[in-house]
Amino acid sequence: MAATEQTIKQVNTLGDTDYKYGFSTELDEIRPPKGLNEDIIKFISAQKDEPEWMLDWRLNAFKIFNKLPKPEWAKLNIPEIDYQDCYYYSIPKSLKDKPKSLDEIDPEIIKTYEKLGIPLKEQKMLSGIAVDAVFDSVSVATTYKKQLSDLGIVFCSISEAVKTHPDLVKKYLGSVIPVSDHSFAALNSAVFTDGSFIYIPEGVRCPVELSTYFRINAMNTGQFERTLIIADKDSYVSYLEGCTAPMRDENQLHAANVELVALDNAEIKYSTVQNWYPGDKEGKGGIYNFVTKRGACRGKNSKISWTQVETGSAITWKYPSCILQGDNSKGEFYSVAITNNMQQADTGTKMIHIGKNTSSKIISKGISAGKANNTYRGLVNILSKAKNARNFTQCDSLLIGNKCGAHTVPYIESSNSDSMVEHEATTSKINEDQLFYCQQRGLNSEDAVGLIVNGFCKEVLQHLPMEFAVEAQKLVAISLEGSVG
Amino acid sequence: MLEIKNLHVSIEEKKIIKGLNLSINKGEVHALMGPNGSGKSTLSYVLSGKDKYEIDEGTIEYNEKNLLELDVDERANEGLFLAFQYPMEIPGVQTSFFLKTAINSKRKYLGHSEMDALEFAKLMKSKAEELNINTEMLKRDLNVNYSGGEKKKQEILQMSMLSPKMAILDETDSGLDIDALRIVSEGVNKLRSKENSFLVITHYQRLLNYIKPDFVHIIADGRIVKSGDYSLALELEEKGYEEISKSA
Repeated sequence: MAATEQTIKQVNTLGDTDYKYGFSTELDEIRPPKGLNEDIIKFISAQKDEPEWMLDWRLNAFKIFNKLPKPEWAKLNIPEIDYQDCYYYSIPKSLKDKPKSLDEIDPEIIKTYEKLGIPLKEQKMLSGIAVDAVFDSVSVATTYKKQLSDLGIVFCSISEAVKTHPDLVKKYLGSVIPVSDHSFAALNSAVFTDGSFIYIPEGVRCPVELSTYFRINAMNTGQFERTLIIADKDSYVSYLEGCTAPMRDENQLHAANVELVALDNAEIKYSTVQNWYPGDKEGKGGIYNFVTKRGACRGKNSKISWTQVETGSAITWKYPSCILQGDNSKGEFYSVAITNNMQQADTGTKMIHIGKNTSSKIISKGISAGKANNTYRGLVNILSKAKNARNFTQCDSLLIGNKCGAHTVPYIESSNSDSMVEHEATTSKINEDQLFYCQQRGLNSEDAVGLIVNGFCKEVLQHLPMEFAVEAQKLVAISLEGSVG
Repeated sequence: MLEIKNLHVSIEEKKIIKGLNLSINKGEVHALMGPNGSGKSTLSYVLSGKDKYEIDEGTIEYNEKNLLELDVDERANEGLFLAFQYPMEIPGVQTSFFLKTAINSKRKYLGHSEMDALEFAKLMKSKAEELNINTEMLKRDLNVNYSGGEKKKQEILQMSMLSPKMAILDETDSGLDIDALRIVSEGVNKLRSKENSFLVITHYQRLLNYIKPDFVHIIADGRIVKSGDYSLALELEEKGYEEISKSA
């Protein structure tokens, strides 16, 4: 092989391994056969020892799923998904009999999390952050449990909550995202495997960040997480989720449902750093990230704030939304979505103003490089009773190179005359002169892009909890490697 | 330090520099003066490596290296600094953070460890004081909402923190009031040493009252038409470009 050819090949392989979370862990797994049917749902439910009402809920969701068409509104090219060619449940054998303490967890799994920078062992626990780690279909471990339960805070896996707090689960599960909302929501309701459950009692301010780390490990396995967070009156919680997956040539499906409920004067801050495997440069492999996230500000003066940094996944389809029912309630959405190479993202938010004096704020920063397509899609809907409602929306798009696309699709509906809606949008190309200026000061082209893009996203990144803001900045720079020059 | 031989440069087929020769030794300050469109700024961009400029002919040697083979950031890290005529605004990036990133990029290139936060803060504070810059300003986004004078001072601050071997000042005096001009010039004079060199590009003799050059060159239509010592600048002030160029 000629030297140049060899170099090119080597450089190409380097490009493919840019994704530093792309390793997989060798473990014996329990997996039912591929396919989606009632038996699989019964199997999942039985594996989790669920009560009958839960199984019935799932089976009903499956019936609804079969009737619903795939959502078509997004500007995405989604290949036909063969739901029968996917595993719906995977659990490392060593976790079958739920380990009672961290010492009983398979050291390979602990190692996986350590490689990801998420220590689960007590002596290395992240200070100020309680972590729930979800590995394929099950929750592996939750840290800081004791300290939280002393305050009456429930932070556990949803499977556990079904058994330990059935009343709360029955009352709130599916109350924000109806099963029949759309087909991905119904699918998740039928086959959801694990996720986090949080309840903050009245008057409690959760003293630590609560965090879930999702990891898809097994091949051909969908991850269907379900998260439910309830903030009772006068409470506060900040929650963060992180996600990674190994590099695989096949696409993997991730369809999550996240529901938030904030009662009177309660505040929920929900942050996401999504870095699922995006596929290789030619668009082979990667995660399909079809996520439904919705929060209900049910109480007066309640507040829900979404912050997301979306850098991974082959396809991202995600609209974290707020239903502002309570008078004076507030909804916020801060988003950075980066697409490089062949990635596609259609993301944004919905702010539904129902109560009086409700307000919402949307700041979206979309960055597109390579041959990627990045769409902001947002709905601001002000209903007739939402007197004096306010919305401010700002959507900025940044293009790197000339083969990518950025699209902004705002929908604004206002049914009363007291409300005020503002929308600002800009689209620009990364400025060659800015790049030159940075390089003249000694930064290489990639560092220069990282710096400028981080500046562009600052308004959003500063809403992340401190510990993660630094990580997110690095991630922003890494995601754009190879996008210039 | 810097040796430019028979340089021909064009942009989009248009010839801008047409056979320019210039040699700058260690420790020298050269002033390059010329009317609009004579190729002054083009030269500064070619030296710092901005793309879109076509080098049709000629060589540039910098510290015994072929300058034209180095990337923009390599040139910078080898000690070549351009003080921009129009410094760029970078929203969302704090000026002090930018300075730190620049310093550490250079240190990384030279194989040194990163400068720690305390050492950096000290350096920035002392250099800022020298230039009469309020450190509060450095907490703001880089050049965003800076006045013209603040931007230029900020360029000189960057220069003094990066302590380049070869600094090119591209019309640093434009847009400066007399006080700012003095402060900026003092900043430059403090950096002058036997070890480093300057190329000061300007329209006006005024700046050279403060930064006394060792040599003055007059550029017209892409070539240096006359060279001399400081007195040439005074002569130019008196006679104007047209007459000097004619007599050359």
